[in-house]
Amino acid sequence: MRPDLLRFNGSSIYCPIADVHIDPSIPVDRAIITHAHSDHAKAGSRHYLAHKDSEAVLRQRLGEDISLQTVQYGERFTINGVNFSLHPAGHIIGSAQVSVAHHDMVWVVSGDYKLEDDHFSTPFEPVKCNVFISESTFGLPIYKWEPQEKVFDSIRAWHSKNKQEGKVSLLLGYALGKMQRILKNIRTENETIFAHGAVYYCNERLRQAGFDLPRLTLVTKDIDKKLFKNALVLAPPSASGSPWLKKFAPFSMGYCSGWMRVRGAKNRRAVDQGFVLSDHADWNGLNAAIKSTGAEKVFVTHGFTSVFSRWLNENNIEATEVITRYGKEDESEQPIPGEQDSIKPEV
Amino acid sequence: MKAFAALFLDLDRTNKTNEKVELLKQYFSSAPDKDKIWALALFTGRRPSFKVNSTQMQQWAAGEAQIPDWLFRESYNSVGDLGETISLVLPPHNNTLTEKSLSDWFDYLRVLPSLTDEEKKIKILEAWQQLTQHEIFVFNKLLMGSFRIGVSQTLVIRAIGEATKMEPAIIAHRIMGNWKPAEISFDELIFKEGENDNDSRPYPFYLAYSVEGDISGLGDPAAWYAEWKWDGIRSQIIFRNNELYIWTRGEELATDKFPELHILKNLLADGTVLDGEIVSFRDGKPLPFNMLQTRISRKNLTKKILQDAPLAFIAYDILEAGGIDIRPLPQQQRRENLEQLFNTMQATPVAHLSPLLVFAGWEDLKTLHTQSREHAAEGFMLKNKTGAYQAGRKKGEWWKWKVNPLSIDAVLIYAQKGHGRRTELYTDYTFAVWDADNTLIPFAKAYSGLTDKEITEVDRFIKQHTIEKFGPVRTVKPELVFEIGFEGINKSARHKSGIAVRFPRILSWRKDKKPTEADTLENLKNILELYK
Repeated sequence: MRPDLLRFNGSSIYCPIADVHIDPSIPVDRAIITHAHSDHAKAGSRHYLAHKDSEAVLRQRLGEDISLQTVQYGERFTINGVNFSLHPAGHIIGSAQVSVAHHDMVWVVSGDYKLEDDHFSTPFEPVKCNVFISESTFGLPIYKWEPQEKVFDSIRAWHSKNKQEGKVSLLLGYALGKMQRILKNIRTENETIFAHGAVYYCNERLRQAGFDLPRLTLVTKDIDKKLFKNALVLAPPSASGSPWLKKFAPFSMGYCSGWMRVRGAKNRRAVDQGFVLSDHADWNGLNAAIKSTGAEKVFVTHGFTSVFSRWLNENNIEATEVITRYGKEDESEQPIPGEQDSIKPEV
Repeated sequence: MKAFAALFLDLDRTNKTNEKVELLKQYFSSAPDKDKIWALALFTGRRPSFKVNSTQMQQWAAGEAQIPDWLFRESYNSVGDLGETISLVLPPHNNTLTEKSLSDWFDYLRVLPSLTDEEKKIKILEAWQQLTQHEIFVFNKLLMGSFRIGVSQTLVIRAIGEATKMEPAIIAHRIMGNWKPAEISFDELIFKEGENDNDSRPYPFYLAYSVEGDISGLGDPAAWYAEWKWDGIRSQIIFRNNELYIWTRGEELATDKFPELHILKNLLADGTVLDGEIVSFRDGKPLPFNMLQTRISRKNLTKKILQDAPLAFIAYDILEAGGIDIRPLPQQQRRENLEQLFNTMQATPVAHLSPLLVFAGWEDLKTLHTQSREHAAEGFMLKNKTGAYQAGRKKGEWWKWKVNPLSIDAVLIYAQKGHGRRTELYTDYTFAVWDADNTLIPFAKAYSGLTDKEITEVDRFIKQHTIEKFGPVRTVKPELVFEIGFEGINKSARHKSGIAVRFPRILSWRKDKKPTEADTLENLKNILELYK
């Protein structure tokens, strides 16, 4: 028999022995946060624990004075006799898998993860465990990513083409994670990069915390529109369709997301160019990650839970889908789980 | 293929008409002649059939991707497009074989219909291995399924017009008819002046818009003709060089489907083209459309079908007389011409002149309008007496003034995700009414009629109130009531409700109504009694 080291109670992944919640959606006494995206890090809990690299953004988003303990990857800490440690998830800066060990059992909560090294967050490391709790945001075989360098090539090509046509390149993506990844890989030569408030303040906060990121120029109301000519402007997806865009006309709008892999999703967003760039594991990534943990049991959360768990079961990996508190909705309710922005656009 | 695949994706990416025209124009200015004719064939619904079975295609793709069939189906449900799903699950290939053009691919595929299943499989897998993901998607579109990417015939005509600096109406005329891309070149089709082989060619239909606002906005009633708007199949009857051709609005040469009209060969003068409506017709009277519906799809028209569903052609315009295109003449002159034709032609039960309605003012017409259904009409057509016959959908000379649809309040019970642009959302709905045992009986599926905001709202409701899932279909808690409009109603043995409605659509979301206040099957049957 496998004792339930962790339980799914609808609002968190809970460890009853340690009395600790992982990524709770309601206020609790003690919360371990896998990463600072707003659907994983909710305000109101008494004590938080997270990776050191999550601290800056967590404080920005949840409050500067939250009670927050930080640890390094691999650093062990014990709560009520249960051994915990955080391990790189490669999703965004500071993102962590949570390893929970008690007696001979090791459970690992993946949080959100990807396998490709994005050159900013610490790359994913598989952790051997008995039970693996995996996300499945892109748990369908239609989701397969190209190497990121190819995607950045096409972003660069798009930007050059826009310049030739006298258009602003308006690039949408999540402020935390996606934008840093773009900035670290796009390599524009001494170009002023403009940013929407959500992107700007997140970037500034990370720069202040000592991360090596380029300086961005905040788009303000009174900024001279001529400055935008042929420029690259970074904005969160929520900017799409808002009057904020008007000042950049003429522009081409690109959107970086794994969902851009499918034509229908791209067309519905009415973007000019979709770039298939995700901070989540693709189909092959999910399968590879699960295999590398050596887990004998997998719980599937967040995403195509029923499809992906059936697939695992048919491939001799015992899997169970986790029903979240949102009901049994396994597809795209939240188009991009884990990547919402908590900072409202600056007007 | 690279150029065409890029064109396809660019067209798909934009919903701005001008951009689409520009993209098409560039393609038709730069692509090789052989590719242009194929592209034109594809955009105008002339894709040849390759006799591939889509279930087999799914299995081959799933096999290549090493995934079980159920997982392929789940993927398909999520993507909403079979050709695209295949392209997304196939393992990527890094083959850099020589590029095949669009026409090369059609050459490659030409033998397909004569191959065995196993040979077909080899041929198609080989093709997939030579193409990139986007190209596979477009290639699959060539092979099967629909080719809808928001490019209308009008748009293609505009683009070719701009690319060739020719009058769109001339292009519209030349690309109509029964040409095959394998047998004609683009230059021949577009630039060659008409000869005998063009005898079958119809003129582009003039399509009317709905009248905007009150009818009196059209000005002086004396300047207008009014006719019943017949509920049938819009058709052109062409008689040239002793051959009769019948074209329907869907640009289908349908001469064989209407054998009873072939007698017109003996009655019409050479070089005559009539525009009108083929309607169900019995005992000297037009009948509602549904009588006709039963025979449209039949391949073999048996005696019994012909007897059960008699029809006639109701003529309302003449486009060619004595071999001369008279479309530029004013409506009034064409009408006189048409009346003259019917006065001198030997009477036949299968062809009639659409009568003009007598009215003194708009108020008269409004009264008469309410009687449309009793005349088996959908309302009126209003035609400016001085107007020329236009090509395509144009405002100005003709207006349609339709009666309000029949309607009923029904409950949403099943939902399925949309296709194409709406694959993320539940947009395909099934509606039900109450039977005598207080059970909800499905009677219609409807897709359109809601605003984007309402669609999002209904989508959220569906996701939160799902009772059961059957593959892609969700059974939803019966709570939302919608007013469903439809154009016609008929008995049907195929439907559980015993009733089939024509063109069902959502008229409004009745948020003010509880499901118990929705209509009953009895109500539907009463409508059937009234209008069958």
